[in-house]
Amino acid sequence: MRSDVVDAPVSATAGGPGVPGSAAPEPPPRRRRRVRPAMVAIFLLLCVLAVPFVFPTWWMVTASFKPMSEILRIPPTLWPSSPTTEAYGQVFDLQPFAQQYWNSMYIAALVTVGTIAVSSMAGYAFARIRFPGANLLFGVVLIGLLVPAEVTIVPLFRLVNWAGLIDTHWPLIVIPIVGAPSVLATFIMRQFFLTLPAELEEAARMDGLSRAGIFRRIAFPLARPAVAAVAIFTFLHSWNLFLEPLVFLSSRENFTLPLALTQYVDAYGGPMWNVQLAATTLTVLPVLAVFLLAQRQFVEGLANTGLKG
Amino acid sequence: MATATLGPPGPPTRTRRRGLNRREDTLTGFAFVLPQLVGSLLFVIGPLVAVVWYSLHDWNVLANSFTYSGTDNYERLASDPGFHDALRASGIFSAGLVLLNVSLALALAVMLNQRLPGTATFRAFFFSPVVVSLVAWTIVWGFLLQADGGINGFLSQLGVDGPNWLREGPTAMLSVIVVQVFKNVGLNMVLFLAALQGVPKEVREAATMDGASPWRSFWSVTVPLISGTILLVSILTVVGSLQVFAQIAVLTQGGPGTSTTVIVYYLYQQAFQFQEFGYASAVSVVLFVIVAILTFVQWQTRRRWVFHEV
Repeated sequence: MRSDVVDAPVSATAGGPGVPGSAAPEPPPRRRRRVRPAMVAIFLLLCVLAVPFVFPTWWMVTASFKPMSEILRIPPTLWPSSPTTEAYGQVFDLQPFAQQYWNSMYIAALVTVGTIAVSSMAGYAFARIRFPGANLLFGVVLIGLLVPAEVTIVPLFRLVNWAGLIDTHWPLIVIPIVGAPSVLATFIMRQFFLTLPAELEEAARMDGLSRAGIFRRIAFPLARPAVAAVAIFTFLHSWNLFLEPLVFLSSRENFTLPLALTQYVDAYGGPMWNVQLAATTLTVLPVLAVFLLAQRQFVEGLANTGLKG
Repeated sequence: MATATLGPPGPPTRTRRRGLNRREDTLTGFAFVLPQLVGSLLFVIGPLVAVVWYSLHDWNVLANSFTYSGTDNYERLASDPGFHDALRASGIFSAGLVLLNVSLALALAVMLNQRLPGTATFRAFFFSPVVVSLVAWTIVWGFLLQADGGINGFLSQLGVDGPNWLREGPTAMLSVIVVQVFKNVGLNMVLFLAALQGVPKEVREAATMDGASPWRSFWSVTVPLISGTILLVSILTVVGSLQVFAQIAVLTQGGPGTSTTVIVYYLYQQAFQFQEFGYASAVSVVLFVIVAILTFVQWQTRRRWVFHEV
């Protein structure tokens, strides 16, 4: 058994054409031919499995163009029989939806930029600068990875309340940038900066660059892949926040999108499906479009730099 | 080697500058970590200490009372059927989620690793819910899962009378789990895909030459080689699943009964519906301890499994 294992790569590389009748040179073509029915089966299985991932989006978009009378009709219609954009008008009539959209956008953008600044500086310092107490401070910061936002929501609510910032966007901007959510970003940035060759910095030193200069001119520009991953997941995290806005915000014009989406209800508290789905479509499609355009960067960025770290 | 080449011209300049550099480094280092450090103290460590402190108090906001009560809150938790239900609901949710999520993610990753035509498209499909807003995804599924919603509509075409998914005990929990699996399985799939691509081809080919079936070679060769990733992904999924809130709030509001009232939803009810901040803080502390233990296990295992990780 063991000799086969040792032989395999040898015959595959060197033995090739020289070993007539042996299985070694054959495998790639033969395996592909033998496995073809299995490949077809896998392909079909993937198509079936894709349904619950793709169909909800289809259903959401088509339902948002259906009148209320058609929306829960049995048998269901895959395409609206009498399309109407009535629901889209109501989205903006019932709530300050454009304002809420802007709230989510600008908060997520500020949090993303702020997190990149804070986490790249802290990550760089923890990775490359030797200063007294660095390890201790890094340990203190890392505690943030252990603490889910839900655990500290009561004291944070008290703190925000005490500061008079309830129903403002401040807690949704400041807490993620320097609090627990940015610790993962700092960790990722540090892991990246650890891989930079020391010679690069020494050369920069010789050229008379200060520490801050090395960071700004050399280390940070090189960190683009890590920054991209941090930017993607930070934006999504802020864009998706639900518990925090629910606890910190109280008036409709301050709501962010996830909170606003849940508010399209009739007088009895039942959801107004067509309006809710129209608002959801407006929320989902832009992000989905960006993702589909840049899916390679998204997927690989998150897989390689983002969470494996 | 690299340092050796830099060696000869280096030392004199370095010694001359070292004193200055060290002071500059100390200043810059502190300045760079300051925002993160202040944030950690203010928004992580401070609140963590506060939540423990609160949990030792009887604090009713409506009655405006805040009195030290020792371990009363914890004793109340121990005998509170509502909290037991929440622990059980979280246990079922986490177990179901991690099982379905990890096995589906692994299956998808293995299938996508076959280099079929259209792999990139499938990968994008399976990953796309990850970028969709959680509440939006949940609302759409909530719509599909209504008693007279899309899923039952299609089932009735097949002659099946579907249940009222979100309003009946067992199917409510199942629905919440499945909706969450579809939302996030793409992320785990991508992590598994990265691990699978790190498994050396020769090893699998060797197994095939030994006469191992694809099935056997998967379980005996591939799985052990990516076991580190499997474990890591499982723990990350469990930790994430303990924080589930928005899905519950949108889909079932903890019901029917308390069957989907998971820990965080219970915590939210106690704090922001009943204004029982002290009691809710005790729930927070329990949640923190569970998450901290799991995270600690994850770090330990990652350290131990690091040689298997590919």
